[in-house]
Amino acid sequence: MHIHKYEKIWLIFGISALVIFLVILGFGAFWQGTHPQSHGVTIDPENIEAHEAFQEDNLGLTKVGDDKYIVNIIASAFNYNLGTDEDGTPVKHIRIPKGATVLFQVTTPDVVHGFNVAGTNVNMMVEPGYISSLETELNKPGEYTIVCNEYCGVGHHMMYATLEVYE
Amino acid sequence: MGIAKLEDAKSSQSLPITKPESRLYMSFIHVAFISLLIGGLMGLLQTLVRSGKFELPWGIDYYQILTVHGVILGLVLTTYFIIGFHFALMGKTVGISEKQRKVTWLAFWVMVVGTIMTATTILLGEASVLYTFYAPLRAHPAFYIGLALVIIGSWVAGFVNWRQLYVWKKQNPGVKSPLAAFMVTINTLLWFIASLGVAAAVLIQFIPWSLGYAETINVLVSRTLFWYFGHPLVYFWLLPAYMAWYLVIPKIIGGKIFSDSLARMSFVLFLFFSIPVGFHHQLTEPGVDPTWKFIQVVLTFMVVIPSLMTAFSLFATFEITGRKKGYGGLFGWFKHLPWKDVRFLAPFIGMLAFIPGGAGGIINASHQMNAVVHNTIWVTGHFHLTVATTVILTFFGITYWLVPHLTGRKLTPQLNKLGIVQAIIWTVGMTIMSGAMHIVGLFGAPRRSSYSEYGGTEQASEWIGYQLAQAVGGTILFIGILLMIYIFVKLTFFAPKGEEEFPIAEEEEDAEPTPAFFENWKLWIAITIALILFAYTIPFVDIIQNSPPGSKPFDFPIGR
Ligand code: HEM
Ligand SMILES: [Cu+2]
Ligand SMILES: [Cu+2]
Repeated sequence: MHIHKYEKIWLIFGISALVIFLVILGFGAFWQGTHPQSHGVTIDPENIEAHEAFQEDNLGLTKVGDDKYIVNIIASAFNYNLGTDEDGTPVKHIRIPKGATVLFQVTTPDVVHGFNVAGTNVNMMVEPGYISSLETELNKPGEYTIVCNEYCGVGHHMMYATLEVYE
Repeated sequence: MGIAKLEDAKSSQSLPITKPESRLYMSFIHVAFISLLIGGLMGLLQTLVRSGKFELPWGIDYYQILTVHGVILGLVLTTYFIIGFHFALMGKTVGISEKQRKVTWLAFWVMVVGTIMTATTILLGEASVLYTFYAPLRAHPAFYIGLALVIIGSWVAGFVNWRQLYVWKKQNPGVKSPLAAFMVTINTLLWFIASLGVAAAVLIQFIPWSLGYAETINVLVSRTLFWYFGHPLVYFWLLPAYMAWYLVIPKIIGGKIFSDSLARMSFVLFLFFSIPVGFHHQLTEPGVDPTWKFIQVVLTFMVVIPSLMTAFSLFATFEITGRKKGYGGLFGWFKHLPWKDVRFLAPFIGMLAFIPGGAGGIINASHQMNAVVHNTIWVTGHFHLTVATTVILTFFGITYWLVPHLTGRKLTPQLNKLGIVQAIIWTVGMTIMSGAMHIVGLFGAPRRSSYSEYGGTEQASEWIGYQLAQAVGGTILFIGILLMIYIFVKLTFFAPKGEEEFPIAEEEEDAEPTPAFFENWKLWIAITIALILFAYTIPFVDIIQNSPPGSKPFDFPIGR
């Protein structure tokens, strides 16, 4: 099979660029730990309370150390359950200091949902039977909208909360 | 060289297409254009709803029309148009027997029955599950049964294509198969192997579960089977556009095929690397092993190679043709391309759209960067560039000659001009709509979402302006659709009688012969299956072994 000289140059250039690109992706993923979330931790979707993190008292924001937080969330059609405050009203807004390390843990008792802190890399699919989790540092102050970005039914666009990163 | 060479088969490249054949091919194309009109209207309504200035009447739900839009444009329009085009190419190059034609009619009607079943459930509000029908949302069983019929019908159509080539090869021993027939065979193979996945999900998982025979469904298995199909699906759309670029465009600009072997090679590579890659749609899912995600990301990027080959071939054809015609200078050949011929212009704009489209695809599939864009409206912007511009404009480009060729009419200069206007309207509308989707997607605005102010957050209020822009783009696009329907109706029923050319380019007189190994279908299939087994066996076993309890069906979220 004959390949034109210019085409050879073009292909060699293109393939080399591709190899470099893939090496960078691989380096990031395997050496710097930037894999997308994939912990494979399972849970019974009909009995999520059996897992400590998803018991009513443990939902929402918990401080677990200096500058270390955990946020446990139950996503269900069409609501993010972030626990309740002292008066028993559902929490819809959480505040985290800038620079803190935050572990998000989300699961669902019903259908597939999304969990995206809009405009950040905190973007996970939430599927029945699994716990989605991602640890991150929030370094940019501001108010973020948490949106469900996977279709879950007629009220899908009404499923949200807010997260504030303060200085 | 020790490689066996194949004889050319120039004589049989151009068979006449008979009346009954035309009727068959046109039937598929009719369904495609009816779909375009209905689906386009839904698209317009979506952008209007999302602008916040408009509400759907009669209690129609946003997600119901979005399901119509996705199913009818993503699955129905594309599949029918492609099958019609495949058959036209096969009929032209290898011929079709009466019996084969009858079987194809059967395939057509099976698909139509399936389409009507699925459409009815959606219209009754019993299947607002979007075109990806993710479990455990449960649609009416007829939705899944209808989809299964569409797939089965499309298989029968594909089997006929294989039979057509087989019979031709029997009659022409040792002669290389026409390039068009080779390409159609690759694409139908790709479709068959890929759709086995979704067929398995639908037949084994969804239908028994939706009927109540199975209590639960394995959600991750169903998603994995869907995306095993979902990515090759986009190549199934794209390859017919490539057929037009490799085979038809050179003829329209008065040139020859750049290289028969390289064209075959690139199609073979697309077959290899479009299937074992579905995990790149599941990168942010919790239950798939990250190493296997990465392996499939690497395999995904292998399609860069045939894409580079295609880009080179196209521009080489443009330049060689121009220079042969005596247009010198660095860019003289480019200036003298037939810009005023819509059969060229529409697909050419499609090629250009594939540059940002492909770049966006690289971002989407990049292991980590995916998290920035996954399920944001950026993704919707991406595939409106790739499928709804690159592929669709090329299909329009094909329509301008194929339809009059089949109906015995002519593409008049006036219709040609309207076609050019159509292509420009589409470009403007899509630049606005897709551009706005891309930008606001980077800010985090979600896809598949009706209008929402998200409790009035500042971020969400910034998104609304871009949604208004999408409505402007969407309106322009819908005008483009109406114009295209008008042109289609003209070409089908009213344009003056005449003979429109079926443009298929030939090779250069002194072209290098094509190596015989290209006809070794067993080899191509074996490598394809080996790659699939490599990419999927271990992670799939892992998914099954570590499965959580299954999911019961959910009807209430979709309002059933
Ligand atoms: C008038 C022209 C069109 C307009 C205005 C339009 C508009 C839209 C909009 C606004 C969405 C996103 C809705 C959302 O995520 O909430 C969408 C989704 C989609 N469009 Fe289009 N579109 C048009 C043409 C097309 C064409 C020609 C195709 C395919 C050939 C297509 C295929 C799709 C698909 C597959 C989806 C995804 C549906 C889903 O996420 O479930 N569209 N369209
Ligand atoms: Cu949702
Ligand atoms: Cu893909």
